[in-house]
Amino acid sequence: MEKPVVYDNGLNLEATELRLGLPGTNEPEKQSSTSVRSKKRASPEMAEETRSKSSSCISDADDDAPPPKAQVVGWPPVRSYRKNSFQQRKGEAEGAGMYVKVSMDGAPYLRKIDLKVYKSYPELLNALENMFKFRIGEYSEREGYNGSDYTPAYEDKDGDWMLVGDVPWEMFISSCKRLRIMKGSE
Amino acid sequence: MSEDRNEMPEPEVDTRRREIAGVLTGEFQSPSPDQVLENVLENVLLFLTSRRDRNAVSLVCKSWYRAEALTRSDLFIGNCYAVSPRRAIERFRRVRSVVLKGKPRFADFNLMPPNWGAYFTPWVTAMATSYPWLEKVYLKRMFVTDRDLELLAQSFPAFKELVLVCCDGFGTSGLAGIASKCRQLRVLDLIEDEVTDDEVDWISCFPESGTCLESLIFDCIECPINFEALERLVARSPSLRKLRLNRYVSIGQLYRLMIRAPQLTHLGSGSFSSSDIVAQGDQEPDYISAFAACKSLVCLSGFREIIPDYLPAIYPVCANLTSLNFSYANINTEQLKSVICHCHKLQIFWVLDSVCDEGLQAVAATCKELRELRVFPIDAREDSEGPVSEVGLQAISEGCRKLQSILYFCQRMTNAAVIAMSKNCPDLVVFRLCIMGRHRPDHITGEPMDEGFGAIVMNCKKLTRLAISGLLTDKAFSYIGKYGKLVRTLLSRQGCEEIARAMPGLVVEVIRNENEEDKDGFEILYMYRSLERPRIDAPEFVTILQHQKESLSLASLPSSIRLSIVIIRREIWLVCWYAEWQQQQEEEEEGEEGEKAKLIIKVGSDCALE
Repeated sequence: MEKPVVYDNGLNLEATELRLGLPGTNEPEKQSSTSVRSKKRASPEMAEETRSKSSSCISDADDDAPPPKAQVVGWPPVRSYRKNSFQQRKGEAEGAGMYVKVSMDGAPYLRKIDLKVYKSYPELLNALENMFKFRIGEYSEREGYNGSDYTPAYEDKDGDWMLVGDVPWEMFISSCKRLRIMKGSE
Repeated sequence: MSEDRNEMPEPEVDTRRREIAGVLTGEFQSPSPDQVLENVLENVLLFLTSRRDRNAVSLVCKSWYRAEALTRSDLFIGNCYAVSPRRAIERFRRVRSVVLKGKPRFADFNLMPPNWGAYFTPWVTAMATSYPWLEKVYLKRMFVTDRDLELLAQSFPAFKELVLVCCDGFGTSGLAGIASKCRQLRVLDLIEDEVTDDEVDWISCFPESGTCLESLIFDCIECPINFEALERLVARSPSLRKLRLNRYVSIGQLYRLMIRAPQLTHLGSGSFSSSDIVAQGDQEPDYISAFAACKSLVCLSGFREIIPDYLPAIYPVCANLTSLNFSYANINTEQLKSVICHCHKLQIFWVLDSVCDEGLQAVAATCKELRELRVFPIDAREDSEGPVSEVGLQAISEGCRKLQSILYFCQRMTNAAVIAMSKNCPDLVVFRLCIMGRHRPDHITGEPMDEGFGAIVMNCKKLTRLAISGLLTDKAFSYIGKYGKLVRTLLSRQGCEEIARAMPGLVVEVIRNENEEDKDGFEILYMYRSLERPRIDAPEFVTILQHQKESLSLASLPSSIRLSIVIIRREIWLVCWYAEWQQQQEEEEEGEEGEKAKLIIKVGSDCALE
């Protein structure tokens, strides 16, 4: 238990004082309001006065916002069921927010990969190569993928099939809805 | 089993009816005028359904008291400790429907230690012998065991409806008993309960012949169910109108259920996602046509693990929807816009703040009939990003003028937006704003949030429920008015004790909460009125401070005041202060002046929901 602050007049008012606030607010965060409190009797009415004093201190004590916030019991008032159902999914979503289907011409099953795991095209293409056991050619802006029968394409937000690699990686990530490894020439 | 019930003694009413009948055939001496009057009264009272009216009737005289007691079929107990089962049953003998509420609201937010109380057992035990005709049980925040459910299933042959909200203590084995033994069951609604997985296939326990099920809600059950059995159950339940699935039901399975039940009016869509492997060449089912076939669908929820790709499937029903719950759906602005633009009739909308202010602007643009809005945080922490703000609130206030109830979680807010809402939405009955960062001021002006909340209280004449947050000074309380003063009085334990002395029948419980991380712990003062002696089932961490006995009839209790004060390390967190008038509970008030007496104030927190 944190030790209450002892004030000038020697009375340990802090220990008996009741003030209005949210659970877990540890100690007076603002120096100015602390000294104000020490001059008053500890009484319920003081709680409101403390509040109004501290409110005027807010604007000049800006550096106290926000202090490191410990998790407080019961705050914010969201039912644990709700909190948990997103924490679970956030955990998954941290690394795994972007699953897209990958089809390969001729393969009996589609696969799913998480685009967020990869940071660049070479990484992605490598992973695809391993997943489907094939080799992709060299990318060039002019000719697309040279040197192999396989061409990676993706469907974008507009529903168009685009060649993988033309746009910056971030843009690709945000617009790619699904992937397709095309075989042969279209 | 049911044969036993036929031998129960007949109630007094029938005896008197026979007497009257005897008069008509000339065989009998005429009954006394009193008896005639009482009998007539009973017949009239059968039409009286409002609790408030019934309470008033029972105060007229003893004879009216008796008649009312005999004809009350719906028993409402707002606090299971306010009255004992025995007392309730002795007065009301012909009850068909019971509503029982147990733990106070703050229990929803992990502030109540486990095993505090609110046990259903004494109630069901008493009712099992006294209410043979019981048809409906509605429990909220009660502790219900499997044995309780078993006893319920065995004792009431006419049992039709079981609704459990925010309850715990039971599991799938208890549900199996209900499913198999309650042959007249129409409603089985499990809402936000904690249900233990006993690995019992309760879905298979419903009767093999057709059921009369009208409503089956189990979206809170966190364990898989036997889907084939569910499919067969839906197929043999022609009256089914409400079906809310849990997240273990995939969208493919949802499809199979929907095509069997196009008559559904309320649908909880389960996970709304599919398993990963989809064989190429297999087409996914035509979800759109399944939704299009549900021409009566007005209420849609679920989306527990939504894959947004599937959202367009619901387009066909959007135009008819009056209630849409996206509060578990992690969707962004664009995804919301694509749906909400069709929802012109929407009245109730729950959503996550992932849709951002822009999403709320889209809601404001389309949903002109909106009555209730709840915006939940996807990241419920104090210092998270906060995708919604005063911008969204302002937009809603401008677009949704008929708004009556709002719950809004955010990280930043301004007085201006709150004031705007107070002026644009005069019909507001419930205003709950939760600024998640503690003590946050208006983020543009730096001022406390007093003016905003003050405007709400002043301009919204129909307001009965208010939850405030952010940086506040006593100005806020003075705006809140008559109750502001009372709140100040209660801000010390002495004040509470004074109130306890002044108010007859007040029970004050001190609930000690040991926080594991922090040996300090905190206390909760929970005060409520009761006709009984202090409860004997209180656990050791509860101290009952002081108590006064006074013999009062239930009806003469004009209000049951429930006040909870949480004291944590010398800070009083006024969790829940409201005057709960018996007659007010969840009913519309006609012709009431907006007395502040009906104002429910929750300070600091306790904004959340249901």
